[in-house]
Amino acid sequence: MTAAAFDVSSIARTRARGRVRQVSVVGGLSLGVVVVFALSLVVGAAVISLPDVLSTLAGQGSRNTNYVILELRLPRALAALMVGVAFGLSGAVFQNLLRNPLASPDVIGISTGASAAAVLGIVGFGLTGIAISGLALGGALATAMAMYAIAWRNGVSGYRLILVGIGLSALLLSVISYFMTSAQVTNAQDALIWISGSLSDRNWNQVVPLLISLVVLVPVTLVLGRVLGMLGLGDDTARGLGVPVARVRLGLIIAAVALAGVATAATGPVAFVALLAGPIGRSLAKDGSPALLPSALVGALIVLVADFVAQHTPFLPNLPVGVLTGAIGAPYLLWQLARTNSGGQGG
Amino acid sequence: MTAVAEPTSAAAPTGRRPIPARVIGLVVAAAVLVVVAVASVMVGAKEIPVGTVFDAFLNFDPTNNDHLFVRLERMPRTVIGLLAGAALGLAGTIMQALARNPLADPGILGVNAGAALFIVVGINFFSLTALTGYVWFGFIGAALASALVYGVSSLGREGATPIKLALAGAAANAAFVSLTTGVLLTSTDAFEQFRFWQVGSLAGRNWDVVTSVLPFIVVGILIAMFSGGLLNTLTLGDDMAKALGQNVARARVVSGVAVVLLCGAATAAVGPIAFVGLAVPQVARMITGPDNRWLLPYSLLLAPILVVGADVVGRVIARPGEVQVGILTAAIGAPIFIALVRGRKVAQL
Repeated sequence: MTAAAFDVSSIARTRARGRVRQVSVVGGLSLGVVVVFALSLVVGAAVISLPDVLSTLAGQGSRNTNYVILELRLPRALAALMVGVAFGLSGAVFQNLLRNPLASPDVIGISTGASAAAVLGIVGFGLTGIAISGLALGGALATAMAMYAIAWRNGVSGYRLILVGIGLSALLLSVISYFMTSAQVTNAQDALIWISGSLSDRNWNQVVPLLISLVVLVPVTLVLGRVLGMLGLGDDTARGLGVPVARVRLGLIIAAVALAGVATAATGPVAFVALLAGPIGRSLAKDGSPALLPSALVGALIVLVADFVAQHTPFLPNLPVGVLTGAIGAPYLLWQLARTNSGGQGG
Repeated sequence: MTAVAEPTSAAAPTGRRPIPARVIGLVVAAAVLVVVAVASVMVGAKEIPVGTVFDAFLNFDPTNNDHLFVRLERMPRTVIGLLAGAALGLAGTIMQALARNPLADPGILGVNAGAALFIVVGINFFSLTALTGYVWFGFIGAALASALVYGVSSLGREGATPIKLALAGAAANAAFVSLTTGVLLTSTDAFEQFRFWQVGSLAGRNWDVVTSVLPFIVVGILIAMFSGGLLNTLTLGDDMAKALGQNVARARVVSGVAVVLLCGAATAAVGPIAFVGLAVPQVARMITGPDNRWLLPYSLLLAPILVVGADVVGRVIARPGEVQVGILTAAIGAPIFIALVRGRKVAQL
């Protein structure tokens, strides 16, 4: 890419260009998130104008707009935003930490653990609502702990963690399949909707716990994530650079699992956001960095857009958002791959 | 992590040594496979005395229901289990070598999801009900999915590098699963049919299913068994492979064709049995080390042991009903897999 000129000024120029790119990527993604967020508050069964939305948020709405905005649209949009951030960040951390683009919480079993617990609750005990959320969170945490404990052998190697995760994931998937085939078809279909991830009927009961968790987890993850680039150089090199490798890795794993867990508890494992956000964020940042912040924003954008489309697709009411995240994010990632490839820079 | 050198990896190319451990291992695996296959014909949800089973072959009586049951139910079922197991194991081994990623398998790289999508479309829009009809839809789906994944990842200068294959596969998988779920949620009937296909099952497979997938799997197995050397050079990395005189693109296409044949036929016949393609090559790698010329024959034998063995267990534990093989391959395979991963130094690719 760069010519053979290695004088100082060209390095400075390259760095400056990198910074500009970083700022513009984060800025552009944030703008996109704000626009779609605003759209999902404005558009609905009845369009409420943006000034009215803003005055309602400021506490001066009519009874009608208060209900529609504050009780229906705002919690749903917030849930979409936060779930997207949580999955995007969690996926990016796992993929960077384990140095494998496929190693997102969906693939290595954390979301599967949450789903297995929730499906058991739905088809086994006929539970609904907040009880399912609690079960899902418990399932995610228990799976992660089991994974870490089983993979522990004088320290945890990323490779062994992945393999153990896959094993557990397969086991839990077979549990889910068993419940799905032994249940009534309608119950199983409810469970299918939950496993796909759905944002319909979200209210403050789901949003408030999610908000509190994210206020703690996101800054912690971003701060710990600053050394992810160094961990990527290999454990020994990172240790040589003064990174307390074992502690940082455990901290990051806990944060990433907690992020995936609380998000799954709120909406179900919105499929593929964690898997797709990281690669898309990295390919936008184009600087070889872990790109945690861009990935989080990409996650938020995917879920917000997907939910917006899901709500307004004709003929298919209540399409779970998870059905669309894959349908929207995946072609974008494929297109991105094809495009960067033909530029000769593909991974 | 300093593991003791495995005795198997000490097989030096000097010739005059005792029979290498890897050959003995292969013979043992073949023996176990025979035992499992025989058990699969002998035992089942319906209790048939051993003597009657022998009679079904030696003194076949077309009016005897038990004889017919053995010949028309258990035999094709066992054969389909053997074929599908071998196909999935080999496909997984090839995909892991091609993508140089231990997570690669027909499930994660979207091939099964492509087959599933086409079958759901078949059920929903073409009123497909018979398994022999599933085969063709599944096959087309798997082939298109592989072509898409391979096509996208081979655009550009370097061709289909491992990381591009992995990402394109995961993305395609995501898209197919989303579309499949979308179709399923609009139709309860399609979902009712699909959920039983989707867990992966050998039940009710007759000789028609065997004959419709047999040619594909046999050709796929042949290509696969001869591609060990190609895969070895590919695993060294593109630059090294080129330096060794390997035509990288052609090697990838040849092994890719094998994957399509194997996965498409197996998935169509038995449903997307997860985990076999992923785990069996890992286990084989722990025995043989990274040499694909040994990995392939081991996968060829170990995978059907898992599939047919799981099917036998599934028929016995829930008499008079049965548990689908896809559930048990994971339920039996995963703990073994985890124990192996934990207990030994894992061979990297």
